[in-house]
Amino acid sequence: MFRNQYDTDVTTWSPQGRIFQIEYAMEAVKQGSAAVGLKSKEYAVLATLKRAPSELSSYQRKVFKIDDHMGIAISGLTADGRILCRYMRNECLNHRYVYDSAMPLGRMVRQVADKAQVADKAQVGTQRSWKRPYGVGLIVAGYDEAGPHVFYNCPSGNYYDYKAFAMGARSQAAKTYLERQFESFGGASLDELVKHALHALQASLQDGELTDKNCSVAVVGKDTTFTLLEDEALAPYITGALASACCCFCRLFAGALLGDEALAPYITAVKEEEPEAAGMEAEQPAAEAEGGAAAAAGGEGEQQGGGGGGGDEGGAAPMQE
Amino acid sequence: MLHRPPSHSAAIGPGAVPCLALPTPAALEQRQQLGAAQAPSCGAEAFTVDPAALAGGQPRKHTQYPYVTGTSVLGITYKDGVLLASDTLGAYGSTKRYKSFERLRKVNDVCAVGASGELSDFQYIMRLLEELSDDDFCMDDGHHLKPHEVHSYLCRVLYNRRNKFDPLWNSIVVGGFYGGKPFLGTVGMIGTNYTDEHVATGFGNHLARPLMREKHRPDMSEEEATALMHECLKVCYYRDKNSINKFQLAKVTAEGVTISEPFALETDWNYKLFANPAANAPGTW
Repeated sequence: MFRNQYDTDVTTWSPQGRIFQIEYAMEAVKQGSAAVGLKSKEYAVLATLKRAPSELSSYQRKVFKIDDHMGIAISGLTADGRILCRYMRNECLNHRYVYDSAMPLGRMVRQVADKAQVADKAQVGTQRSWKRPYGVGLIVAGYDEAGPHVFYNCPSGNYYDYKAFAMGARSQAAKTYLERQFESFGGASLDELVKHALHALQASLQDGELTDKNCSVAVVGKDTTFTLLEDEALAPYITGALASACCCFCRLFAGALLGDEALAPYITAVKEEEPEAAGMEAEQPAAEAEGGAAAAAGGEGEQQGGGGGGGDEGGAAPMQE
Repeated sequence: MLHRPPSHSAAIGPGAVPCLALPTPAALEQRQQLGAAQAPSCGAEAFTVDPAALAGGQPRKHTQYPYVTGTSVLGITYKDGVLLASDTLGAYGSTKRYKSFERLRKVNDVCAVGASGELSDFQYIMRLLEELSDDDFCMDDGHHLKPHEVHSYLCRVLYNRRNKFDPLWNSIVVGGFYGGKPFLGTVGMIGTNYTDEHVATGFGNHLARPLMREKHRPDMSEEEATALMHECLKVCYYRDKNSINKFQLAKVTAEGVTISEPFALETDWNYKLFANPAANAPGTW
């Protein structure tokens, strides 16, 4: 979308009935690095790619625990994300103090987004001329009496209930992976679920590999309080995921172009010989396939024709992670 | 100094501040604008008492005496749920003034409460609980207040008022059935609270609980539990001056909450010792 005369402030509608400032705020989410959330019948899992501003610095945190049964992953303006995180923690704490029980996720997410009242958090920013919308998307994962949940809170003040979701830079690749695999998530074990999350994240990684330093994972379930897995705790999942990552990645995208039958001989050859070497060769057509698949699927789930999936390769601004 | 509306002190007059359980959207707006980012959305508005408005130099006086009171409330758990019982009297000192006051009320399908003490404060507490239930209904997401949440909420409210030296002069029994298990708890006017298999307020603690300790078992049937309750109610009626022979029984089970129509119990006043009660205590009147 391009600059036009209706995008100066958030209280101006365009003749087509759009508010551009809100849509620009949703673009900010795509500037952040990828985050995915998925759930099975018993667990919800978050996985994020962390960025480091320079080689000398540590990686920016993207996953925050809100309460024993709930946590969020953010993508976009980290500062805005921290404010929402603080608000959510406060609300959950007060709920525990007053009612001696865990806050239901649906209520929390709705409070953050929109109760169709002007007093709520994100939507207020879309209705006051002296405020701006929050430039951060939240994936809220948690477990309450109704089971595990994965919600997405959008800067527009909307929230959505998902079986699996991905957001951030190059997240379309992760979404494609999730779309193909989500039917098997329901009965998956916790280990399988984490591996799926890491595979999805791998799909969004442009260059380099998943290491225990540049990604973080969090799990929550019925008897599992919200636990952040990083560094050493994450290492076993990473090695497990990487072993099968290359094959999955290639098959996924090459299969889209060549068709599964035509691909079969390549796959067996790859498995028998050197998985790494053959994976590198197949990387080339796979990269092109990603562009094709992304363009085709670019319209899905994105607001009004934003071609963000494959296109957003620009350098991230320093404050956005 | 943040502007906050003054409280309902005797000096300022009632109605200066809406005493709702949850803040109105306008109040939340104001909180946000004034940058009170930490103020949560549950719990009523904060307010201050304006010291200048108090009668010069005199200590602050709020509720000091209850006026229209209810006497004991009893509660026991049994195999399928809980039973609460009380009489239907609102006494004005020693006058038995209001003889049809329901002191057992339903909160929602899984919870009921009963209160003794100042009955106007009980009506205020019921208003708070109804507000919460109405909010749950409007949210329309299937969640409702569970018995232990009602209990915890009332503990917080009563303790908070006690800290302001303006207590809600009640002792409350919360009974419910949720998750296949009965729940029974009590909260006092200073915020003292606990859960147990049988509870009572006021005189019931002295008159009825010894009977409960002797005869109560958690796996009683409904008939046994009702019989035990009738015995306890009878004892309370015999020995508590501020009671009448008109009772209600509230039952909370998996099927929901039912509050019975008022009933009377058979009593016998022909005991020999009743004929001359002062026989063994010369000098009494």
